[in-house]
Amino acid sequence: MLIRKPADIPSSEITDERLYLDRRRFLGRAGAIGLATAASALAGSTLLQACARPDGGGDAEDTTTAGGAVVDTPTPYKDVTGYNNFYEFGTDKEDPSNPDNTRDFRPAPWTVAVEGMVKNPARYALEDFVKPSKLEERVYRMRCVEGWSMVIPWLGFPLADVLRRAEPLPGAKFVEFTTLYDPKQMPGQRHAVLEWPYTEGLRLDEAMHPLTILSTGIYGKPLLPQNGAPLRLVVPWKYGFKGIKSIVRIRLVDQQPRTAWSVAAPNEYGFYSNVNPTVDHPRWSQAKERRIGEFRRRPTLMFNGYADQVASLYSGMDLRKFF
Amino acid sequence: MDDAAAAAHAGAVGRGRPRRRSLVAVLKPAVFVLALAPAAFLAWAAFADDLGANPIKALEHETGKWAIRFLALSLAVTPLRKLFGWGQLATYRRPLGLFAFFYATVHLLIFAVLDLELDLGDVGREIVKRPYITIGFAGWLMLVPLAVTSTKGWIRRLGGRRWNRLHRLVYATAVLATVHYFWSQKKDITDPLIFTPFLVALLGYRLWEAARRRRLAAVAAPRSAGD
Repeated sequence: MLIRKPADIPSSEITDERLYLDRRRFLGRAGAIGLATAASALAGSTLLQACARPDGGGDAEDTTTAGGAVVDTPTPYKDVTGYNNFYEFGTDKEDPSNPDNTRDFRPAPWTVAVEGMVKNPARYALEDFVKPSKLEERVYRMRCVEGWSMVIPWLGFPLADVLRRAEPLPGAKFVEFTTLYDPKQMPGQRHAVLEWPYTEGLRLDEAMHPLTILSTGIYGKPLLPQNGAPLRLVVPWKYGFKGIKSIVRIRLVDQQPRTAWSVAAPNEYGFYSNVNPTVDHPRWSQAKERRIGEFRRRPTLMFNGYADQVASLYSGMDLRKFF
Repeated sequence: MDDAAAAAHAGAVGRGRPRRRSLVAVLKPAVFVLALAPAAFLAWAAFADDLGANPIKALEHETGKWAIRFLALSLAVTPLRKLFGWGQLATYRRPLGLFAFFYATVHLLIFAVLDLELDLGDVGREIVKRPYITIGFAGWLMLVPLAVTSTKGWIRRLGGRRWNRLHRLVYATAVLATVHYFWSQKKDITDPLIFTPFLVALLGYRLWEAARRRRLAAVAAPRSAGD
């Protein structure tokens, strides 16, 4: 995981904007080996330690790369913005990026409501909601429950910022999130393929975790509709569908919230949905994944490689029962 | 019914055998080329990296869809032939069925080779543990004897009656393939739902025909039923 806080970077190291915008081609030229060296230097220990194979072996040598380090090359922008699950705009992977489907969607002006068991409930215009926080770039792995994954440089800020500002009341145990509901703007909502509006939830400690962010951009650019404009959740150690998009409401509650996919198929999608290669989806194995852009599959990592930072949240918990 | 019988039937309609034969001679290669077109396009798209972000999944889905489409097309031959008297259609039943087998085999190979990377342990486990894959695999297995015995030689070796009975397996395959199609969808079952009425009609036709033949056989004097 790479956290770069703007204040820490000397101006001499700030990437020339042309190169920054052209980074896809730059990365391509630099090649995986070069990136492997850089990536392992910056994040190696976390990734290596987090590797846990289903058969119990703990080393990272079997994952695809040179020198035993797990290489996580950022996924090309065209794939991050062109291969999406966002049923509000259609159920095919290419639907959410199709302008025919997003033509009526208005990510601005946008309001976010913070409600429920908090001392300071409020409705914010998005700019005011984001302003108090420092935007950071977080390069996270994202693992879809379907068995594919990406590496995405999110631009965002900790959800904890928002929750601290709201001051949860003592009884608050969970955070519930809700997507915009407007079938005029989101044509997929005209079909009851999922229960609308899409809702998701986190336990309060998961929501307060430093890894959990609200994101407003990718690769330094504002979120496109297909990625959940203008505001979405990113919880990198859970399956991607927990990353609720186009958020309009954040509510503190004392009951475990309904979540869209566990309502749609309760035996297939649970509340926690932690990435776990040892707990299969009923219809397919979760032991391996296809990293978009790579030809060979790679082993799926426990907690998506973030076990070091999050495993303690679940100590003693039966992860098969609470899947 | 194979090519010889189809030609005989065409002749029996009495329109001039040579003309009917040459139409088939032109159309049959064209049908072959058309049937190969999806495979050609998929191969080209794969090499041109034009299959989207997850090309292996795209190949899996597309080959599966074409397999079930050709299965339906081959099942449509007899009803269309009998309902509209289009005798010359009969000659297409075998190639259409074989193309269904072709696409189904490619579909299985992409799953086993490209998706599961020939890890036979994984392949075996998935076939056994995932009901929708078990069903899909069973459907493919049933197509194997049908493909093998699709030739005139085998019709002769088995005899028409036994051959017909063996090839009724295709109905079971069609049902299994449809269930496999439904069960493989994550949530949105629109695609298999659109396909289902066709399958119901094609299989329903057989049930109706069988019932009709039983009624006729019960009513009429002892007379061997049709084909």
